[in-house]
Amino acid sequence: MARQEPRKDVVIVGLGWTGSILGMELSQEGLDIVALERGADQDTVPEFKYPDMLDELRYGVRLGLVLKPRNQTLTIRRGPDEVALPFRSFGSFLPGNGVGGAGAHWNGLNWRPQPEELKLRSHVRDNWGEQIIPEGMLLGDYPVSYDELEPFFDRFEHVAGISGQAGNLNGQIIPGGNPFEGRRSRDYPMPALPVTYDARKFAEAAAAMGYHPFKAPSGIASTAYVNPYGMQMGPCTFCGFCERYGCFQYSKSAPQTMILDALRRQPNFSYRTGAEVLRVEKAPDGKTATGVTYWDHAAGEEVFQPADLVILAAYQLFNVHLMLLSGIGQPYDPVTGEGVTGKSYAYQMNGSATLFYRDEVFNPFVGHGSNGMSIDDFGMNQIDFGREGFIGGAYWRSGQTNGQPIRSMPLPRDSAEWGAGWKKAVGDWYGHVMSIGSHGSHMAYRGNHLDLDPTYRDRFGRPLMRMTFNWQENDLRMNQFMRARMAEVVAFMKPDLSQLSFKDLGARYDIRPYQTTHNTGGHIMSENPAEGVVNRYSQVWGMHNVFATGAGNFVQNTQYNPTGLVGGLAYHTADAIRRQYLSNPRPLV
Amino acid sequence: MRTFLRIVALLALTGVIVLLAMIFVPVRLTPAVAALPADWRPAEGQGEYVMRAGDCAACHTAEDGRPFAGGRPIESPMGTIYSTNITPDPDQGIGRYTLDQFRAALYDGIRGDGAHLYPAMPYENYRMLTEEDVRALYDYFMNEVPPVADPIPATDLAFPFNQRWGIRAWNWLALRHPAGFTPVYGDEVLDRGKYLVEAPGHCGACHSPRNLLMMQDGVTLDGGRFLQGGAIAGWEAPPLSGPASAPQRWDIPDMARYLGTGRNNHSTANGEMGLVVEESMQHLTPDDRIAIAAFLKGMPGGEVVLPATTEPSETVVIPHQPAGDAGKETEALLVSAPADMAIGPRLYADNCMACHFASGTGAAQIFPKLAGNTLVQSDETMPLISIILNGAHVPSTAQRPMQLVMQGYRDRLNDQEVAELATFLRSAWGNDAGPITTERVAEVRAETAEDAGDPDDTARD
Repeated sequence: MARQEPRKDVVIVGLGWTGSILGMELSQEGLDIVALERGADQDTVPEFKYPDMLDELRYGVRLGLVLKPRNQTLTIRRGPDEVALPFRSFGSFLPGNGVGGAGAHWNGLNWRPQPEELKLRSHVRDNWGEQIIPEGMLLGDYPVSYDELEPFFDRFEHVAGISGQAGNLNGQIIPGGNPFEGRRSRDYPMPALPVTYDARKFAEAAAAMGYHPFKAPSGIASTAYVNPYGMQMGPCTFCGFCERYGCFQYSKSAPQTMILDALRRQPNFSYRTGAEVLRVEKAPDGKTATGVTYWDHAAGEEVFQPADLVILAAYQLFNVHLMLLSGIGQPYDPVTGEGVTGKSYAYQMNGSATLFYRDEVFNPFVGHGSNGMSIDDFGMNQIDFGREGFIGGAYWRSGQTNGQPIRSMPLPRDSAEWGAGWKKAVGDWYGHVMSIGSHGSHMAYRGNHLDLDPTYRDRFGRPLMRMTFNWQENDLRMNQFMRARMAEVVAFMKPDLSQLSFKDLGARYDIRPYQTTHNTGGHIMSENPAEGVVNRYSQVWGMHNVFATGAGNFVQNTQYNPTGLVGGLAYHTADAIRRQYLSNPRPLV
Repeated sequence: MRTFLRIVALLALTGVIVLLAMIFVPVRLTPAVAALPADWRPAEGQGEYVMRAGDCAACHTAEDGRPFAGGRPIESPMGTIYSTNITPDPDQGIGRYTLDQFRAALYDGIRGDGAHLYPAMPYENYRMLTEEDVRALYDYFMNEVPPVADPIPATDLAFPFNQRWGIRAWNWLALRHPAGFTPVYGDEVLDRGKYLVEAPGHCGACHSPRNLLMMQDGVTLDGGRFLQGGAIAGWEAPPLSGPASAPQRWDIPDMARYLGTGRNNHSTANGEMGLVVEESMQHLTPDDRIAIAAFLKGMPGGEVVLPATTEPSETVVIPHQPAGDAGKETEALLVSAPADMAIGPRLYADNCMACHFASGTGAAQIFPKLAGNTLVQSDETMPLISIILNGAHVPSTAQRPMQLVMQGYRDRLNDQEVAELATFLRSAWGNDAGPITTERVAEVRAETAEDAGDPDDTARD
């Protein structure tokens, strides 16, 4: 028999970025709120403290801050002809765990989507006609526009403490910024950070070739900063320990630096760690949720937490898993195309170039996760999809993020992999290498989806979630387009050696090497209940007191890192709950 | 030690001389300074506000203890004094106190049973509270604080300090200033600041030096060496007057920010001042903090420019501050980092520079400036060494909720390394203070062993 806790106004599942945002915004309404976090508590000191945090083996290689697959994982297959097997050693993506979630160990790359990306189906239809949409692609419009979200992007950027330079201020193009970005109502809260030599070298070449380089926006502080909650950052020292690490000096945008201590002061907010939500409980008529049942790891028992409002703020994969386990939304069937939960899982299509210069010294240990110069000349709104034969785009960035010796040792492909030859190659090339990355969009497809695994179960006896995912020709064609353009830039930059790393047409998904933790979709937003799980306010269709935040809302993935859109949507949801829902709880659409 | 013996001798001698007088002269209690109507009632929250301004909890609430139940050990030159229970419990607390008895404790240091309080209770300062505030405070403790009946350790000082009657003579000398508050500026803000500093804030208790009889050398603006610097529990309480003092170097908003948040564009509040911010100053109104800052700025004749608004702006962006002229040489050394760089600057570069920078200027409101830092250069060397060993913790406040925690380096640096590092800090960027010895570090390491470990966490459900 489950223990029962006193009823709360709101229960929040997961205390990462969006759980913290919703907690803060809703606590200002005086609601009694509890957040449930499956992992442990963690803060700048002592968990991220210097010098313990700067341990590449413990955190970079052994993934000290990442979810342990033995505690929770999923099964993966590339298509219906394969048997999905459990992901036993995370590689391709690295879900977070504990207070702050993946927001504690990200790189700080914070972008807004382009306006066209949020209305992509219309953009394609209006410019080229729907006949260019490939068979099997689930191309959609977000049910909310860039202009509607703009105040919430702005709000998130000011809470999150983003450094950067506007390229489009209220329609006016500002030199030095991204000329292809959507309209901003005001500039970034902090000026852009200085960039390293590799980035300047790339930017000079790009500018000479007629492109439009700008400093990449960054969730890394360029100055001392106080955000609207009174939370603070100190300027970054370019130590090069961002992704996979917590920041030891309050310089990286994270729930720890931007929200949590302010949230802890709210008398009507509390949180419990080691509280792993097992399912959302539904009222007998199925039209509302009554709360959630979680596993209390300390007590070793199930607990029912009744609540009037349920916010699913877990990572995308686990939000979808909870929905599938709780019967929220009809499970998606890729054969019939019916159902919504688990539909439109998408990812990211990336590539890179590595340039070797015998006589250049790059000091690679100077850097941070979102260092560098970018160009958006091959972004979604700059490409003629009809002419190029794909739907998609990418932004490029060059800027070293770290010089960590185990994982950041790029060598020419023909170098020995061990022994004296390897040592010689390291001696020859360490510090003489730079790279350029292409970070590309990924569409949603009929076959790429999430459902419950028929075989494997987790430690609570629940079916694991199963991912069915493979690369698709459209996105690979986009990637090959980027490869060709990047080869031109590399040739212009005249390195002594260079190599390009872009997936070939026909490439199949390999879960082993790290690619990106930008898993999206599965509970997508939609104009009507037949097409998605949630409405434009991230409110579940047919269960009005359940809201779901995060990248699970993405109709298809954008060409950018998802955090900016995730944060903007979270504030959009918080605003809708505060201004529309609380006074009259009901379906908002 | 010699000073200590002189105090002992003087106190003993004074005691003998006044003994006869004490036999013949009855204790005289200071009457109320204003006659309030019988039906006078404090405004809602006034009593609690005076309690905050007076920082009663700092002494009368023990660590992890119940509010105002006393029992907090207070180290004094005479031995350990335990604070009393001031909850309205009739037996353990002050529940049986009349208003006159309550006022006598604040004004004259006389306990309900007629015994003398040790002057760890700052009645030299509380003596200047207005009658309205005395009444409000009495009302608060009698009616709003829950009674606590738990017994507390009795203060048991060695002879002669256990002879409380000796304090009577001390009081004759220490309480020569009139009770109540007299405004002098004819300016509402400055007079309010003066009142808060002199009376409830009892700033002089730490920031004024003590004379040979351990009396505050200056309890009001016009007396003695008022706020010219003192010490408490091994921490320097830096001067608040004089051209080099913080109120003269900082502008009024920054001074107010320091009081309200424990951090400003120059420094952070550590140790005892951190507690003052946490328990007292952050709970005052922004206007009152401005008033305190304005008074401190204007007291020695500084120009008082009041800020147009006390509302915090939505976000604050403050670029890195470059090294001043005095700091350029150190900055150049750290940036060039020659192979033969001494161990002190080398340790700084490896452990401290990421936050405090080669310039030693830190970052506004988050990493304190080390160049020109009072604590770094203080003759009281315990705080600097302790912070290197054990870290520092600026509390969460309403305006700046983030707990700023500097980690300690107890496990990473040995005594000699800490000494080298501290010595470097005391001479870098134009700082001008003497070296720290390895032996001194060893002493502080031993004394502060129990401070090591994780900082206090806020309550987590």
